Amino acid sequence: MIEISNLVKRYGKGKAAVDDISLNIGKGEIVGFLGPNGAGKSTTMNIITGYLSATSGTVKVAGYDVLENPMEAKKHIGFLPEQPPLYLDMTVKEYLGFVFDLKKCTLNKKAHINEIVDILNIGDYFKRPINQLSKGYRQRVGLAQALISSPDILIFDEPTVGLDPKQIIEIRELISSLGKNHTVILSTHILPEVNAVCDRVVIIDKGRIVADEKTSELEAVTGMRKMRVKACGPRNEVLRTLQNVNGVVSVSILPERDADSTSFLVEAQTNVDVRASIFHALAQNDYPMIGLEGFYSSLEDVFIAILDKNKKEGNA
Amino acid sequence: MSAIYKRELMAYFTSPIGYVFSAIFFAISGGLFVATTLLLGSTDTSAYFMFMLIFFVVLIPLLTMKLMSEEKKLKTEQILMTSPVSLLGIVSAKFFAAFTIFAVTLGVSSILNVVSLYNMAKKQVYVIEKMNLPTFAVCILGVLLIGAAFIAIGILISSLTENQIVAAVASIGAFGFILASQLLIIGVENEVIRVILKWFSILDRFGNFQRGIFDITAVIYYVSLVAIFLFLTVRVYEKRRWE
Repeated sequence: MIEISNLVKRYGKGKAAVDDISLNIGKGEIVGFLGPNGAGKSTTMNIITGYLSATSGTVKVAGYDVLENPMEAKKHIGFLPEQPPLYLDMTVKEYLGFVFDLKKCTLNKKAHINEIVDILNIGDYFKRPINQLSKGYRQRVGLAQALISSPDILIFDEPTVGLDPKQIIEIRELISSLGKNHTVILSTHILPEVNAVCDRVVIIDKGRIVADEKTSELEAVTGMRKMRVKACGPRNEVLRTLQNVNGVVSVSILPERDADSTSFLVEAQTNVDVRASIFHALAQNDYPMIGLEGFYSSLEDVFIAILDKNKKEGNA
Repeated sequence: MSAIYKRELMAYFTSPIGYVFSAIFFAISGGLFVATTLLLGSTDTSAYFMFMLIFFVVLIPLLTMKLMSEEKKLKTEQILMTSPVSLLGIVSAKFFAAFTIFAVTLGVSSILNVVSLYNMAKKQVYVIEKMNLPTFAVCILGVLLIGAAFIAIGILISSLTENQIVAAVASIGAFGFILASQLLIIGVENEVIRVILKWFSILDRFGNFQRGIFDITAVIYYVSLVAIFLFLTVRVYEKRRWE
């Protein structure tokens, strides 16, 4: 669906914001661009959608080069930029009607817009001016705009930023369901978001792709590397028991105060799942384990894990 | 393209700007017309048109100041530039929206003016000559063309900033300069400089229209000006895309 080859974007004469990125995205994939702010995620998206032009390299969307045949390429894309492009002086109805005409959509106007309004659950606000909507609803209108004309590719730049937790979950669910019959690219700097929504994750840092993995594999690399274990029993004894488990690299006591239990941060080797071993070790010593959860690594941890992995693979 | 045209037309009237423009336009146009013709018992409208052009310096920026700058500021241009519309389509849709507001307002106020002048000419015996309608029509055409050129220049200026006040002030400055260059032509004695200045002076070509001559070279001149400035605006956007 999307073929990116050797994409470079330089702003002015400075450092490249996107530095030689090549990527193929197939039909029906949900791909997450993960990376810290300023990594080049938005720039890449802006180039795919034709908002910016690349310094060098090519992007093909549905077989059309975005530079040579922008009209055709753009017809296949629905785009929600970082800041939703809403005309605040219009009502939701007027705005979606405008986008419908702008995209030269040939579907039945009323039925199509109603369908999208239903999907996004914005019917109650349909006749309200956009400047009266809250941030969450503006984001939904932004998503609605991207869905108009049923493009086969949807590109969402940080779709959940600034929303409250309930809205974040709703939007993620929505994106997952859209992924059933669209190709979706979304960007985020939140790791769990990728796990929640995407099939595949492309980690971008300083304009380069540092990893391109199936989300399930990413979890193997990063997910269980660190975990929080909560157990009852004498603190130091439990600590020693945990340290002796096979595959555990280090254990430290977390500063969480509970009367009858202690929380430990356990770091394990990347290739071993130590959860069962931890359970058995604690059970043998009669230290009841009352909690175990993946200690979601920060993005930095992921980078370290990924780089470690790449290095190992390079050596092998 | 028609979607953007419609949206812009609507935007003039969801914000006060369309009403403000029309109201000020009618007030100035009516006032000037009364002062230069009806009160003097004259049917000569050349002074009226000259004064109107001077007021365009502040009136046209009202229409153009936020056409481009606001989209840049609110990042709404992203939806336009990622939709299947060409840059020229975007820019010309905005141009025609502004031009439509301008032309309709000018048209309505002209009809009012002509009707009142006719009534006066019928009733008053000391009217020197009957109103010359063809000349009036040619003048309206000239004013429309000059307005179009000003709108195109205003759009270019608006595309260069994201602050509509800056766009307005810069446009007023540019239009003021164009008017002032007309005065320079009268003042400068050197024939070569005069010819050059004349070439760039948008108002100079209005003279023939005022004499009731349909000057086809002037029409081409104004239409070319519009085309050049719209093209430059497209270039501004293209350049930004590549930067």
